[in-house]
Amino acid sequence: MTSIPAPSARPTPVVLPVSKAVLWLASTAIIALALYYFIGVDQGAVSVFGNDMHLHEFVHDARHLLGFPCH
Amino acid sequence: MESKLLLRGALVGALAGLLAFVFARIFAEPQIQAAIDYETGRDAVQAVLDKSAGLPAGTADPDIFSRTIQANLGAGTGMIFFGVAVGALFAVAYAVCLGRVGNLQPRALALLVAAGGFLAVYLVPFVKYPANPPAIGSPDTIKDRAGLYLLTVFCSVLFLVAVVWLGQRLRKRFGNWNASVLAAATFVVAVGTMMAILPPLGRLAVNDQQSGYHTTETPLPLTDASGTIVYPGFPADVLFDFRLYSVAAQLILWATIGLIFAPLAERLLHSPRGAVPVEQIAASG
Repeated sequence: MTSIPAPSARPTPVVLPVSKAVLWLASTAIIALALYYFIGVDQGAVSVFGNDMHLHEFVHDARHLLGFPCH
Repeated sequence: MESKLLLRGALVGALAGLLAFVFARIFAEPQIQAAIDYETGRDAVQAVLDKSAGLPAGTADPDIFSRTIQANLGAGTGMIFFGVAVGALFAVAYAVCLGRVGNLQPRALALLVAAGGFLAVYLVPFVKYPANPPAIGSPDTIKDRAGLYLLTVFCSVLFLVAVVWLGQRLRKRFGNWNASVLAAATFVVAVGTMMAILPPLGRLAVNDQQSGYHTTETPLPLTDASGTIVYPGFPADVLFDFRLYSVAAQLILWATIGLIFAPLAERLLHSPRGAVPVEQIAASG
């Protein structure tokens, strides 16, 4: 059972080597931040879709509820 | 391994967003509707005042989607995708924290990362710039408000990451308990300083000229030319309930992420195929 480290000696049971996972972690973070931006901010203060309000109006109630500034 | 963790984070986030939406649909939507009704009534009175003063009528907001679509499909979609976004970010933070923040079991770490996410991504910014229902918030200040809000989110996340790192550095010298207390105190001081420096929304340049001394954008009573109140200020109970439910919805979201992700991560990390062999840990340092 070399795959399960003893609880006391190591800081936590499992460490992910971030140097190997960095691509996965970074790309996930970027996609997630883009999603956060489109749900919360776009077509308000700044807009990547120009002067269109569909996205803003569609998620309008969610923005208010989630604490984003709106209008 | 990391892709499995990240996928679970995003899926758990979607479920958390759905639960938060169900709560919000029942409790918060009536408050949003009350706020919109207030705004509609106020706009009508304002239009009469403007007309009698000989001012041109303002333009109404566009109604692209009906209220039914906004309150159900739109709000649901928004909250589920918000859940996916923060669930994925949560999983990234969890993967980075594994093995680097002290002697924690996978489940305890999941709860701590979720608590940190709730605190830094939502609660700290909320204390400075609380969630507002419709009718509160001037269209003229949306750029400033969005910028200030995102800056607050960014800084509070940055401060949290910094004090977690600080806590690790202090651990050897002061012990676990004292290092944690020192790190937490540092976070409170940093956040407090940030809040003291950033301006209240009512003090933004545009608002300052219009409303005199008023630290928020919550609508004051509407008065006619002689100073008589012709329409009340924004109802305090609606505002309180809305904000309470906003906090509760986020609490449900982050608690669900932490509680559901915890056993999933433990199973993944402790399964014979998933666990990283000891030699590999030692090699990667």
